[in-house]
Amino acid sequence: MRRAELVMALCLAAFSVYLMIKSMELPVGWVRGEGPGGGAFPFWLGAGMLICCIAIIVRWAKRTSVQSQSTEPFMDKDTLRMFITIGGSLTVMIGAIHVIGVYFALPLFLMFYLRFLGRHTWRLTAAVAVAVPVFTFFFFEIALLKTLPKGFTEPLFYPLYDMFL
Amino acid sequence: MDILNLLMGGFAITFEPLNLGLVIFGCTVGLFIGAMPGLGSVNGVAILLPMTFLVPPTSAVIFLAAIYYGAMYGGAISSIMLGIPGASTAVATTFDGRPMALKGQADKALIAAAVASFVGGSISVVLFTGFAPLLAEVALKFGPPEQFALMLMAFATFIGLGGDDIPKTFFSIMIGLALSAVGLDIISGEPRLIFFDLPGFFHGINFLVLAIGIYGIGEMLWTVEVSKGNVEMSKATVTIARTLAALKDIAKTWKTMLMGSVLGYFVGILPAAGATPGALMAYGIAKSTAKDPDSFGKGNVAGVVAPESANNAASTGSMLPMLTLGIPGSPTTAILLGGMVIWGLEPGPLLFVQHEEFVWGLIASLYAANFFALIINIAFIPAFIMVLKMPFTILAPIIFCLCVVGGYVPTQDMHDVWLMLIFGIVGYLMRKLDYPLAPAVLAIVLGPIAEPTMRQSLIGSHGDITIFFTRPISGAIMVVAILLLLMPLIKIYKNRNKANGGPEKTV
Repeated sequence: MRRAELVMALCLAAFSVYLMIKSMELPVGWVRGEGPGGGAFPFWLGAGMLICCIAIIVRWAKRTSVQSQSTEPFMDKDTLRMFITIGGSLTVMIGAIHVIGVYFALPLFLMFYLRFLGRHTWRLTAAVAVAVPVFTFFFFEIALLKTLPKGFTEPLFYPLYDMFL
Repeated sequence: MDILNLLMGGFAITFEPLNLGLVIFGCTVGLFIGAMPGLGSVNGVAILLPMTFLVPPTSAVIFLAAIYYGAMYGGAISSIMLGIPGASTAVATTFDGRPMALKGQADKALIAAAVASFVGGSISVVLFTGFAPLLAEVALKFGPPEQFALMLMAFATFIGLGGDDIPKTFFSIMIGLALSAVGLDIISGEPRLIFFDLPGFFHGINFLVLAIGIYGIGEMLWTVEVSKGNVEMSKATVTIARTLAALKDIAKTWKTMLMGSVLGYFVGILPAAGATPGALMAYGIAKSTAKDPDSFGKGNVAGVVAPESANNAASTGSMLPMLTLGIPGSPTTAILLGGMVIWGLEPGPLLFVQHEEFVWGLIASLYAANFFALIINIAFIPAFIMVLKMPFTILAPIIFCLCVVGGYVPTQDMHDVWLMLIFGIVGYLMRKLDYPLAPAVLAIVLGPIAEPTMRQSLIGSHGDITIFFTRPISGAIMVVAILLLLMPLIKIYKNRNKANGGPEKTV
């Protein structure tokens, strides 16, 4: 926990610095008669965030904050495994949407999660894996007319559009 | 009576078949969401907001308000049955609700929670109807300096009332504001903060991406981690005879209900205070004024009634500043506010003039939502208990899918889905380290109001910063805001004094 607190504060501090540098692409100073320039607001926010990070690190060094006293691990083995499997499968699913589209990525993710993480029966797994994309299609594509990304599977949906739209 | 006429008009809107259906549907969905451990009104409203693009804004807000209400009722169910608060607002309900369930009075506790929620909701809606138009009238006179001062006060209250780790609270607010600044600079129109020069940042960061990331993905990861262990569920037997007997006992606590409702309402109005502190305060007062304070914590009905009436009253109260001033009183209202912007409405006092039917439709729907939530809640107690038995490994992946699709729909850009995943994962890791995340969500909603009002004020005054202090209303709000901002420093100073005065014996 103690190490995680420091690592997080350092990462956030780095982001704050990046934010400040990025803000300087626009005028940061006081424009005469107009007040601050376009970059000023984010620049000073970045500066403030940096100060907070420094305060967090100081408290870490002095061991005043709760996390810097804790000897518990930030993530125990089970949590880490859960985090990696769920985080990883979500990443893979979102990545897969670019290629095979929502209607194939969602069922694969649901099947993986229900069958292999949840250890549910194949029957239940199949029911959920079919129901969710079907609901999504009718709700978003037909009712809301918002097309979802389909990757190379796009042509498969032309007949469905013809039927319902 | 002008207000009565407007309210009647509102009821006419609420009772249109579509809207009434949405109220009932929203209450039911909200109850289920609230009953799930770890999921509260914020999560429900954040995840389901993209679904409301189908209906006109008035119906959309009615639906979301019904979810909000339903979830406030539902939060008590898992607090009582599992001993796990369904949402932070229901924490105080576990203190006495859980012992009651263990004593075999789960049904009584559930009914007490439902009735108290109804009383809290009803009293606060009446207060709301009376106050809202008056406050909106005052707020109509506000110009950019006053609005900016209000925003500053809203941020200040997060810190004054926020957690113990002040640097982390400050950080959370500022990162939310900074994320809201991404996109095109509103005044000069130049591109700003295009991170890594990705074109997806040109349209800015939609607040929903952050809200779904944190309250959808982040919260689910958190809940999966926490709910690993087995939880023991209490049994509840519901019969009509037992219900009537319970109601008699509950009626005796009317004073506590009244106190909880009024207190909750006024605490709810304060920006950022919201339902959680309201419920805890009500519990504290109920305990300290009771004849038998020792019985609290061991299963006293009043200990369920007080926090439940207060948290429902507070959820109504927090809509008052949202509608009249355009500042949200809780994370959930922040998301409602963001939704209003997406639907093309400008939050703030002008709503009462330009979109009368929207405002009064919403207010009237609160009366209806309150009524239906009570009935659905009591009628479906057995069904909710079933929901609690549903394994999380079915619900979690479905919610993840909803998050992914919901994150895509508002902007139709995969860039936002990736961003949402990053927010979710980073948010989860930050939450493990006690970074409060609600301020960030409120800040990303308020940022696009705070920055332009500040810069417009300064352009109007030719760069003279004293404009915020010389106008009477703005000046007064600024002074309060600055005092609130300084409160943590005063606290630290006091603690140090105590530490310096006391330790002579110990050191």
